[in-house]
Amino acid sequence: MLKRFVPVVLVVLLAGALLTPPGFAQAPIKIGVIQPLSGPVAASGNYVRMGAEIARDWINARGGINGRKVELVIEDNKSDPKEAASAAEKLIVRDRVPAIMGAWGSSMTLAAMPKLEEYGVPMVVETSSAASITKRGNPWIFRISPPSEMEALGLARYVEKLGVKKADFLAVNTDWGRGAVAAFGDMLKKKGVTVDAPEFMDQAATDMNAQITKIKGSGADTLFLTTSVEQITLVLKQAQEQRFQRKIITTGGSSAPDQLIKQAGAAAEGTYHLLFFMPWFPEAAPDGKLAKAFVDEWKKRGHPFAGLTEGFRGHDGIATIAEAVRVAGKDEPKAIREALWKVKLMGVNGPIKFEKDGPAGKESGQSQPSIFVVQIKNGKVALPDFLAKK
Amino acid sequence: MAELLQHLVNGLVLGGTYALLGIGLTLIFGLMNVVNFAHGEFYTLGAYAAFAALAGLGAGFFPALGLAIAAGAALGALCEVTLLRPLRAESIDTTMLVMIGVWIAMQNGELLVWGGVAKSIPHPFSTAPLVLGPVSIAPLRVFVLLVAGALIAASWVLIQKTTLGRAMRATFQDRDTAALMGVRIDRIHTATFAFGSALAAAAGALLGPVFLAYPSMGDLAALKAFSVVILGGLGNLPGAALGGLLLGIAEELGAGYVSSGYRDAVGFVIIILVLLLRPSGLFARAERIG
Repeated sequence: MLKRFVPVVLVVLLAGALLTPPGFAQAPIKIGVIQPLSGPVAASGNYVRMGAEIARDWINARGGINGRKVELVIEDNKSDPKEAASAAEKLIVRDRVPAIMGAWGSSMTLAAMPKLEEYGVPMVVETSSAASITKRGNPWIFRISPPSEMEALGLARYVEKLGVKKADFLAVNTDWGRGAVAAFGDMLKKKGVTVDAPEFMDQAATDMNAQITKIKGSGADTLFLTTSVEQITLVLKQAQEQRFQRKIITTGGSSAPDQLIKQAGAAAEGTYHLLFFMPWFPEAAPDGKLAKAFVDEWKKRGHPFAGLTEGFRGHDGIATIAEAVRVAGKDEPKAIREALWKVKLMGVNGPIKFEKDGPAGKESGQSQPSIFVVQIKNGKVALPDFLAKK
Repeated sequence: MAELLQHLVNGLVLGGTYALLGIGLTLIFGLMNVVNFAHGEFYTLGAYAAFAALAGLGAGFFPALGLAIAAGAALGALCEVTLLRPLRAESIDTTMLVMIGVWIAMQNGELLVWGGVAKSIPHPFSTAPLVLGPVSIAPLRVFVLLVAGALIAASWVLIQKTTLGRAMRATFQDRDTAALMGVRIDRIHTATFAFGSALAAAAGALLGPVFLAYPSMGDLAALKAFSVVILGGLGNLPGAALGGLLLGIAEELGAGYVSSGYRDAVGFVIIILVLLLRPSGLFARAERIG
């Protein structure tokens, strides 16, 4: 009987010996990352991961934070809100990370948020656009991506130049899509644009012909499209099949125009895209040198150029957390949260600094990022005519 | 009116793809009594096999289709011989659990091999749509619809009119009697599963170029395939074909005239109604005893 337990005991002892860190002065600073690395929006999540890894390597090459290396603990949320919540729990409970960056989609971020409050760990939100994320009164949330309202305001000054008079919406049926429809709808109505009833599509849907046929019958001049690059590709291809000839403007900054040119071809011609980073013209970024260095490093690693419009988010998110750890002087969740309010740094997108947002006393942090518009012209990404060469 | 016509054409095209997904599953689920949760993965396999043949081997579009179908049949046969054959005497629940395992293993295998970024599968058809009055349709979609129709007809002929088909039906009606009559049971099981998997792979190879290829593409496909099989009745090929068309058109009209946010709900409401009112499927004949 006893013999059966001997191997078990040995294994346990051996594992214990192996897992004990050799010296804890040099223990790395762990940062949790939750991204969709598989599932329908996996492409975007992987690009964010690649950007985060560049930030990690740059920080470590400069000697780390206060002499300690940065280590990323990366979890896949499988493009699924349920998985995002369990990934957050796993990172906090098992890996004991003091801060997290995530979780790409608004529905995924919203699902992970209660876990942050439960365990008291801050999360820097790098992509999600739904307004509700910073309005719910979760004081552990710090967002560097623009909510849809901010994005809509960024577009407001171009509405006349784009010639938008009557607009339709096609959006993914998630918190992000519905939030974008509301935000852009409000902004357009204020500008005197007629806004039609919005159409929605499931996140996993591949056939959007019904929605396109319906929108075709509306007599509007512009379609606002809010979804992931995979679904934008399908919508553009199917719109072409139905001879849908209207201005199309994508929102959310996840349209990866190069991927659209490659996968949708002529169907992408003439479309406009709201972006938060223009890797084609890095010198136009608020910190041109940093943007240029990031683009060069991305290319050096052989990552697809199309992913840069997502990848910069990963860099900026990790850079923000690293800066907060530096300011805090320790990798402890509460101290990092306090430090995040004091953080002031230059990201690839532009300056990052958090303002209070949401109900008083439990505010979330919201930074005000830069917003850009590009157009696909002759199979290339270009500045729209009304912006080019003034 | 123009809008309605376009919706009907869209629904027909979408329904054709659902029918194609459903016929493979109705053979495996309906005849073999295996709840094949991995059906969607054979669909994904077909799309990736076509992509690999086109991008990796430089094969033409049509040889790539053939190669994808062969890959589906081969892996289906392997799956039957190694996993299902030892469990033939077990209950339906046991094989269902095994197929859930196959589903997870295959999907993660695809993720490992191909990565999460969607692949666009090139095709030789013009992207300019065919225009008929108020209706327009992509040439590739017409091709898919025609091939789907041909595959459905060929499967029906195989099951109903050939010796192999008769042996299949006999085997799944009464295995012992069929064995006594000289039918080689093991081969029939393998052939049926391989055939059903090949049809799924064909659907993947045909629809991959229409949409995009990515590791989780099979989940939605499997869901639709199960819906179609339930609508049409287990093992009923014409039922699966009609069920697919019905589901496609219902979803399309639901999205067009009710609400696009509830598009998938329309399909499931129909399935709930069918299960409540005609549990053996819309197109089932009166149940035969014995």
